[in-house]
This record gives sequence, C-alpha cells and structure tokens, in this order.
Amino acid sequence: MQPSAHAFAANASAALADPNLQDSLAKLKVGFSERRRQAAERLPEFEQLRDRARDIKNHTLAHLDFYLEEFERKVLALGGHVHWAPTAADARRIIGELCRSVGARTVAKSKSMVAEEIALNEHLEAMGVSPIETDLGEYIIQLRNEPPSHIIAPAVHLTKDQVADTFLEHHRALGFTKRLTERNDLVAEARYVLRQKFLDADVGLTGANFLVAETGSSMLVTNEGNADLSNTLPRMHIVLASIEKVIPTLEDAAVLLRVLARSATGQESSAYTTLNTGPRRPEDPDGPEQYHVVLLDNGRSSVLGTEMQDMLRCIRCGACMNHCPVYGAIGGHAYGWVYPGPIGAVLTPQLLGVEEAANLPNASTFCGRCESVCPVRIPLPKLMRHWREREFERHLTPRGVRRGLAAWAWLAQRPRLYRWMTGFANRLLALFGRAEGRYRSLPLAGGWTRFRDFPAPEPGGTFHARWARQGGARTRP
Amino acid sequence: MVAGVPSSVSAPRRVALFVTCLVDMFRPSVGFAAIKLLEDAGCIVEVPPVQVCCGQPAYNSGDRRTARTIAAQVIDAFDGYEAVVAPSGSCGGMLIHHYPGLFEDDPSMRARAESLASRSHELTSFLVDVLGVRTVSARHAGTVTYHDSCSGLRELGVKEQPRELLRHIDGLTLSEMRAPEVCCGFGGTFCVKYPDISDAMVREKATDIAASGAGTLLAGDLGCLMNMAGKLQREGSAVKVRHVAEILAGMDDQPAIGEPPGTTR
Repeated sequence: MQPSAHAFAANASAALADPNLQDSLAKLKVGFSERRRQAAERLPEFEQLRDRARDIKNHTLAHLDFYLEEFERKVLALGGHVHWAPTAADARRIIGELCRSVGARTVAKSKSMVAEEIALNEHLEAMGVSPIETDLGEYIIQLRNEPPSHIIAPAVHLTKDQVADTFLEHHRALGFTKRLTERNDLVAEARYVLRQKFLDADVGLTGANFLVAETGSSMLVTNEGNADLSNTLPRMHIVLASIEKVIPTLEDAAVLLRVLARSATGQESSAYTTLNTGPRRPEDPDGPEQYHVVLLDNGRSSVLGTEMQDMLRCIRCGACMNHCPVYGAIGGHAYGWVYPGPIGAVLTPQLLGVEEAANLPNASTFCGRCESVCPVRIPLPKLMRHWREREFERHLTPRGVRRGLAAWAWLAQRPRLYRWMTGFANRLLALFGRAEGRYRSLPLAGGWTRFRDFPAPEPGGTFHARWARQGGARTRP
Repeated sequence: MVAGVPSSVSAPRRVALFVTCLVDMFRPSVGFAAIKLLEDAGCIVEVPPVQVCCGQPAYNSGDRRTARTIAAQVIDAFDGYEAVVAPSGSCGGMLIHHYPGLFEDDPSMRARAESLASRSHELTSFLVDVLGVRTVSARHAGTVTYHDSCSGLRELGVKEQPRELLRHIDGLTLSEMRAPEVCCGFGGTFCVKYPDISDAMVREKATDIAASGAGTLLAGDLGCLMNMAGKLQREGSAVKVRHVAEILAGMDDQPAIGEPPGTTR
C-alpha cells in the first residue's frame, strides 16, 4: 500500500468527520478494553506472565541469530525449505518464484501483516496470480479495495450496513441477490463463497504468530479456522514471517499464547491454535507437498542492539491500539500505513524512515495507556520520544516549533528575566480576561481556542510575584 | 511510616515546593493550597526562587540537550531539601522517572538526579503515602468527580491517594465518571499540534463529566484542568473546575478555573 503517514493530520481530520467510522470506533473502544480487563482479572498470574513474556522475547532477541539458525536446521530436517529475505523486494521475488514453480493461479491467504508490509497482493496480481484473503475481515476489505485499519480486526472501521452493501455488490454475480441484514447470514454467505476458493487454491500463504526454533514449527492462532484450510488444502504452503517471530521452545509459546489472546480480544485462548511442522509425511492423511518459510528482515536486524530494540518484542495483539485514545478517535487508516496505533508510531518510522513518518510519534499525548496494557511491556512512549529526538536531531521538526522551543529554552535558563516576562504576560492575560475569566479567542493560540476557551490567569500576579511580595510569608497566621 | 501516624510527631520536615510553570502563571492559589496542606501536616515549606519549569516541553519535543540543561538547573535548585513536592503528577513524573535517564553518560549528575528523584513526590501521594495524612480540615458541600491525570496515574501510581483525602471531607460526595483513567487530550503540545484529535478526546471527557452528575471536576494537574475547563465552558457547562489541592485546603471560596473574578461557588 502507498504510505500516507506524512499526511497524518489531514487523514485524521477526515477520519473525525466520517460518521460511519466514528460509529464503529465507539463500539471498539468499549468492547476490546473491557474484555481485556475482565480476562486479566480472571487470571491471577497475568502480570507475572507478562514479565515472563517480556523476558522470553528479550532473551530471543539477544540470541536471534542462534535461534533463527536452529529454526532453519529443524525445518530442513523435516523436508521443508527456508528462504532468507533481507528486503521486502526479496520476499516478493521469492514468493513470486515459488508460485510460478507450481503454476499457481490462485493463492489462498490467511491474514498476514507482513504480507501487507511487503505489498504482496499487488505483486501477485501484477504477475497474474490472484491472492484470495480468507480471513473474514480481510476478505471484506479486499472486496472494498481498502487496507486493514487494525492488526487483528482489519475491518473494524466498517459498520454492518457497509459490509452488507459490499457483499451485495460483489456476490451478486455468484447468485446472491438478497441484501442481508443479520450478522450470522453475512458470515454464512462469506463462508460459502470462500469454501470453493480454498479448494481451488494452488498455494496457501499464511503468516505466523510464532516460529518455534526447537521444533521448526510455525504457530498460527485464528478464530475462524481459515488458516488451517489455507495451509492444508493447497499443494504448497508458504509461511511468511519476520525474523523476530522466532522463539526458543514450545514451552515459551505456551506462555506467549496465554498473554496474546487475553490482551487482544479478552479470550482465554483463540479458537484455533495450529502448529505446522514441515510438509506432508507419507503417513499423513492431508497436508501440503511443499513447505516453505520466508524469513523477512526488512530493516529489523538494524534495530538490534539499539535503543529501539524493545519494539521487536511486539507479538501483534493490538492491545495498544485498542486502548489508545488517539487511535480511538481516528481509527487505523489515518496512520497511513500497515501498522497503526502506538506500535505503528514506533514501527513505521523504522520501516519507512522518519522523514515519511515523523508525524506518528508526535501524535501521542504520552498518556501511557498503551504501555500499561502491552503484554510484553514495550515502553511505547519512550520509543516514540526516541523518534522525536531523532527527528529533532535531523532538523525535521517544523521550524516554528524549533524556534518557539529555542526561545523558551533561552528564557527558561534566565530565571530573573523569565519571572519578569511571565509576570508581564500574567498581568496582561489577567487584565484582558477579567470580564469573562477566559478567552474565546487568543492570538497565537488558535489551535487551542478553535475548540476550547482559554482560562485567564487568576488575578493577583504569578505565584512567585505574590510569594516575593509577601516576603516568603506563609498564607496563614 | 506506619499508616495513620502523622510524621509531625517527629521533627518537622524541610520541604521544597516545586511550583510548576502553569501553577505559577495561571493558578497561584494551587501553590498556596499546597503550602497550607504541607504545613498542616507539620512540614516547613520553602520555595526555592531559582525554579522555572521541569523541562518537559523540550524533553517531549525531542530536544534532549535543552531538557538536560533545564534538569540540571532544577537539580541545583532543589539540592539539600529532604523532600521536593509538586502539585502535579506530570512534573513529578518528569523529576522522578525521566531525569536520571537524561544523564546516562554523566555519573555524577546521574547520581544527583537519582537523589532528587528519590526525594521528589506528587502532592497527594506525599501527604498520604509519606506523611500518613488521612484527613484534612476542609469542608465542601457538593458532589465532585475526579479525573486521573495520565502521568500521575501511570508513572507515579496516584489513584487512591486523592480519593482517600476527598472521602474524608465533610459534606463532599465523590461521584466517579465513566473511564476516569482515559486521557483528556491535553498532552502538552499535543493539544495545539493536533487540535481536532485533542478536541475529540476532550469532548468525550466532557460528556463523561456531565454524566457523573458532579458539580465540580477535580484533578491533580493544571494542564489537564485548563483543557477540560476550556472545553466545558465552551460547551456552556456549569461544572466548576478546580485543582484537587484547592478543595483539600479549603480554598474553594474563590472563582473556579476560567471563571471571572467575583464569582464564587
């Protein structure tokens, strides 16, 4: 997808003016966060599990080369193949060649954010291969030609009515001419349409929630079971995953799974958890003939050992976006690329460059709610602040902001002059704001007064002026 | 400290007040309220004259160098005090959580920053957690609702302390709003950098405040209070907005934030 992170402010304004989106977001905000809270409450050891999850990921990142090589060795021993893709272009080329090698015409895809990251669908379509999204949400937005707006609930920005219209428009040709209004009917229709596509697909492509080094397995969690059909029915199964998805053991996977579903949807566990371990063996009743794993780097290894490394712990649960008041106000599309919300504000500058994405780490109040719910305790505000520092160092901060900061900093280091200036401003604001106690508009503060009144200072001078006037005397006898 | 035993039985503490730049400029009575509360609890309060700001505007804008310079100035100003108290979770969080990290490459400054951090407190948590205060002498007839400002809540764990003190005020009823822990949209420079997103957030807050049925909104940070007061007043709401210290110190006889002089409750 074409990044539009640089247009964040305009994207956000458009989102705020979209009544359908606002409707959907209102439901999302309450639903996910409340379910997570309840799920956490039901599990006394939830906080300790979060610590363990963080430690597992930190340990793996500290020895990433070791575990990736271990994973590769196991996959090869099982008769599978591992492909290393340093860049997005490499990953696209590798997957394209694999599809061509079996003469694929359709690829059944189970939702993968990495596939979005490398713009795989566009690439496949250009080579004449049809990618079919099989996750319900992903299928809906594919029909609408939209990118996902959330990493676990890609169509969460849409209302039921919008989905009904989309299905009527696209399924009419298949003989479905009735506009459905019930949720269950919509799901049933999508299931019917998708079933044939699973059977027709030549290649099944899935992401991976975890890659288990100990066994060479890729692990997938879904609530729809679509991944199991994508990777069992076609002749070839391709797993596309980024390198930080590897973890040492199945035991570790068990810990991470316990925090993943609870953080994401408030479920104790997802409906389906599937381990794929190599291609079909002679005694297996089903499974793919070929099993390929494409390991994508795309800039991640350059984060290792830096102050930004913590971002690689992310297990893509979406809790940060479910709890972010900024995401809750504008939804995912406004962030202008694959990963929205707080983790997007941290990942996107890394993957696209701070020049494209400088807006994102700035679009946060640093309220810290994201960090407080992250299952692997990623210090998201701190990482966003690091990006702001890099932006400042590279002189990308808007000139007005830089100048204002410089003037303020100069003054702040001269307390006597600062006192005099603030005393003057205080008296001026108090004087002209006296009648109403507030300003309905104020020069240079249009950003504030467009939506809010600006409280005038309380009369009597600044605190320090009053304190000095009283000779540092106490307020009471 | 044993809960419930006021520290005033031992020698009075020499406490420095970190006034905060917004309190200094817009709401000096919060500073005076803090002094009264601390003195009532047996402290000797001083206000070091060379204090301006904690440096957050620079720090959160990515200007680490300026943030360091200002932090060093604050560290100098508050040297030697047994405790440093700020009527703000945000500025308190800056001193306690962020100053040490600013001096990672400078061991002697880092040690001084850590010393300041260990001596610094947000006002209500200092009163309740350190001094063991449970009751204050104020009275307030009416229903209030309390907004949890983000830094105080998540960086310093300020949640129960102000409520504990409020619950012990004669005549006061605390009515919780829906989602008091969700950000009001202030966020320092965020509210002017992204005014319409900030507005969407504070609009939701204003709805929750109205639904609580409270006549007065309280919080522990002046930035959030000015944001919410400005929105409530723009919407024509009659809810009064005050810093929690004003109510605790019994200083609710003066106009609320953004109210004209001569108005009382």
